[in-house]
Amino acid sequence: MGTALVPLGHYQAHKRVWRRLVQTARLCCGVPDYDNYVRHMLEKHPEREPMDYPTFFRERQEARFGGKGGFRCC
Amino acid sequence: MKGFSKIAWAALALLGALCLGTIALRRGESINALWIVAAAVSIYLVAYRFYGKFIADRVMGLDPTRATPAVLRNDGLDFVPTNRHVLFGHHFAAIAGAGPLVGPVLAAQMGYLPGTLWLIAGVVLAGAVQDFMVLVVSSRRDGRSLGDLVREEMGNTPGTIALFGAFLIMIIILAVLAMIVVKALQGSPWGMFTVIATVPIAIFMGIYMRFIRPGRIGEISVVGVVLLLAAIWFGGQVAASPTWGPAFTFTGTQITWMLIGYGFIAAVLPVWLLLAPRDYLSTFLKIGTIVALAIGIVIVMPQLRMPALTQFTDGTGPVWKGDMFPFLFITIACGAVSGFHALIASGTTPKLLANERDARYIGYGGMLMESFVAIMAMVAASIIDPGVYFAMNSPAAIIGTDAASVAQVVSGWGFVVSPDVLTATAKEIGESSILSRAGGAPTLAVGIAQILHSVLPSANMMAFWYHFAILFEALFILTAVDAGTRAGRFMLQDLLGNFVPVMRRTESWGPNLIATAGCVALWGYFLYQGVTDPLGGINMLWPLFGIANQMLAGIALMLCTVVLFKMKKERYAWVSIVPTAWLLVCTVSAGWIKIFDADPGVGFLAQANKYRAAISAGELIAPSKDIGAMQQVMINNYVNAGLTALFLFVVLAVLVYSIRAIVRARASTARTDREAPYVALTPEQQAAQP
Repeated sequence: MGTALVPLGHYQAHKRVWRRLVQTARLCCGVPDYDNYVRHMLEKHPEREPMDYPTFFRERQEARFGGKGGFRCC
Repeated sequence: MKGFSKIAWAALALLGALCLGTIALRRGESINALWIVAAAVSIYLVAYRFYGKFIADRVMGLDPTRATPAVLRNDGLDFVPTNRHVLFGHHFAAIAGAGPLVGPVLAAQMGYLPGTLWLIAGVVLAGAVQDFMVLVVSSRRDGRSLGDLVREEMGNTPGTIALFGAFLIMIIILAVLAMIVVKALQGSPWGMFTVIATVPIAIFMGIYMRFIRPGRIGEISVVGVVLLLAAIWFGGQVAASPTWGPAFTFTGTQITWMLIGYGFIAAVLPVWLLLAPRDYLSTFLKIGTIVALAIGIVIVMPQLRMPALTQFTDGTGPVWKGDMFPFLFITIACGAVSGFHALIASGTTPKLLANERDARYIGYGGMLMESFVAIMAMVAASIIDPGVYFAMNSPAAIIGTDAASVAQVVSGWGFVVSPDVLTATAKEIGESSILSRAGGAPTLAVGIAQILHSVLPSANMMAFWYHFAILFEALFILTAVDAGTRAGRFMLQDLLGNFVPVMRRTESWGPNLIATAGCVALWGYFLYQGVTDPLGGINMLWPLFGIANQMLAGIALMLCTVVLFKMKKERYAWVSIVPTAWLLVCTVSAGWIKIFDADPGVGFLAQANKYRAAISAGELIAPSKDIGAMQQVMINNYVNAGLTALFLFVVLAVLVYSIRAIVRARASTARTDREAPYVALTPEQQAAQP
């Protein structure tokens, strides 16, 4: 038992959970997943240059408080 | 397997019923808080499994093969198919705020039983239903907002009325929230210092995220939280200092003016500098504290010391006046049913929904979670000594201003407390006094501090936890005030733009400053009148807030009802009609009573007339110091009566338009709703569900 190898999926599960937590925390601040954005741009709009992360972050910050969103509950 | 799961669900339902029975039947002896928590959780789970599923399958007819706006309009920015657990976290963080924490604390004056029952029944049958249905309705209409949805399904006029109603609610919410902060910070140098310290901390974080390491939210938030904890510790030293302590001691009126100035500046500054970093900090602190509180309650298993029912169920309570019906049901708005959620469920969340079948988990489940937060707030308010609770929450005009007289009055109500206990509690939490600290936040902070202190006992840490809890509330309330002022400014610019087109230009400084000043002046007015109100302000503003919030919920549920009729699903329309009817009965009767009741403690007009009569007779009503202050109280009451009448007009107008829309829908033989056309998910999209 003690010498059994840790299955490969063991660490992947940890990483996945951690990644989901980071995604949640970022989304709570109005910043969606950047990797997902880049993948989307490369797949669907290869002719356009994706924003780099700082630009993406600023764009999202402006969008969250720029009038459309910014609603917080009581 | 299927049979087993049925048995398990039946057992859970039985457990819920057993816990509820225990809560309801054990009178005259204190019970453990876990009974309430267990009853709530098991009923939530059963409701989610059965009623939520019924709404998903039968009423709304959720279709997992249907492409959501997030899939159809995926842009990686606003429209992103998002993992359901991630989206749940986002949605919960957006809906949970001060409302579910403060409402139950105020309702605890009637005992924990009425509030708890309303929280559980309200969320299952009304609140979660509203959030869930609005989410689905919006998701099937390109993720449009509540105002647009009402406009599309019911017509332009009700759409504009609903938007106008939403703006009024926002003003009242901002004023009430700001008042909670003022009440918590007045005469408290420790609290004041820590709250002021959040400004430079947030600015530091903002500069770091903008220029030093752009967009690194995680690392700088950790630094921010550590700095905050250091600020709380240092605040204790500041408050104890003979020179700095008085320098950070302010009266309520002073803090009001500071907040008004601050709200204006924060709303016109670039968002990255102050607003955004504070938002991150407050979100993380909020979630962290809620989780810590839940763990704390389970570990400590505190006894409830508040009786199940107090004599104040008759409507004579010192915290707020009014009978259980309808005032309990508007005092606890968030946590049972909150109209504000309809704005979130038709805002960012539907644009992130990866698949329709997730809507039950996020809409219905997210609201159940908020209700659980409200249950914890009820527990936190009920575990503290009832004598201390009433000393903290009753206005000075009723109980007096020194510990001896307060103890005498409160003990006279049957909640025996000695002056020593009151001063010792104040000393323990590092404050000069705990008397008449209305607003709910300080009471909740004492409850949270007691729970966290029992989990991590160490000498003199009670005061630290108390100020931690105050900071946690003040931080996210102030963030809501900043963000709300900004959002209100855009709404106002849009409204004014109908008359003066130049006001629409959101980038130019003139219209920006005018609209911000207008917005701040509106909530600032209500804040000021609340802070200077002789009866403590809560009695005046909280019902306005509750009526406004429940009114918005009524509008959202009327929209859902209209949509059901237009979809030709009228046989299921009772699902939204039942909560709509209840909310309308509550808000309309509460509004009517608040305007016309003859008791000056309850009715706005009666209060105004009482002051008018006293002014013409030249008598002073304590604690007003001159005739000018009394005239102000009189005018405030007329304004509040007018505002309540406006709320009633909004809700009744939307009711009339809903009935008209329903009659038309019934006359038609085909579906008339404006659902976006069905687009099937491609097999690849189905496989790629996050």
